[in-house]
Amino acid sequence: MLQKFVASDLGSSRELELVQQHLNRLFSLSNYAHSEYPLLNVWTSENGAVARAELPGLDPSEVEISLVNDTVTVQGERHCQSGNENQLCHRQERRFGQFSRSLQLPFRVDAEGVQAKFFDGVLEITLPRAESDKARKINVVTE
Amino acid sequence: MPSELLEVVKPEVESAKETASTTVRPRKTVAPRTDVYESKEQLQFFIDMPGVKQENIDITLDQNILTVRGLVEPSAMPGYRLTYAEHDIADYQRVFTLSNEIERAEIQASINNGVLKLVLPKSKAALPRKIAIQSA
Repeated sequence: MLQKFVASDLGSSRELELVQQHLNRLFSLSNYAHSEYPLLNVWTSENGAVARAELPGLDPSEVEISLVNDTVTVQGERHCQSGNENQLCHRQERRFGQFSRSLQLPFRVDAEGVQAKFFDGVLEITLPRAESDKARKINVVTE
Repeated sequence: MPSELLEVVKPEVESAKETASTTVRPRKTVAPRTDVYESKEQLQFFIDMPGVKQENIDITLDQNILTVRGLVEPSAMPGYRLTYAEHDIADYQRVFTLSNEIERAEIQASINNGVLKLVLPKSKAALPRKIAIQSA
């Protein structure tokens, strides 16, 4: 809708096209990538959570995962593995550098049971809910 | 993790058939982030494809059109519900138009930790050559 509005109300000069492009980019999902890195997907159940982060090209040994109470933090650095002075760069869309991302969970985590796997550029962290935090059934005793 | 060599550039007929049968998937397709470098002898592509296994990558070069596809296996999480999502669980596809003649037999492709690396050597015939002038 926004696209249509910008295009029809303001004509279509080159500059306006650029504005339109910027707006489109601003409202698209992929723009997430500019603010947060890495992107996370989180699955939950009553027994805990599984978080997956896309970290292509990273060496698993360079990723650091820490847990404080109910907050898990992933940090590391992505190194630029391509390009040197003799090469002409046509496109550079992949991002490099240090990153740190924290995720606060709605439950306490069993620190001993946390597991992390890395496969095909995806980091998967399994965060089990602490036993003491789980829902408990309370029996009513009649007297 | 050592990068392994992939099977590259399938015969065109076969790839066309495969594309036709596999494009009907109830999944979004996104363009993967890519770095492209060119040196005197070759073109290098670095394509981010997290979550794609080696056997699910399909690379074709038809004339000067390079097509790269990567299919993502759906992740089954029995007992879990996806409650927060920032990235799509989507297949990857991207088409590049190459401006150089490529030595097809020497194309190399490898995938390491979700990054596909393609090395496309320029055709010998297209490389710049010095021409010596002979005095008569």
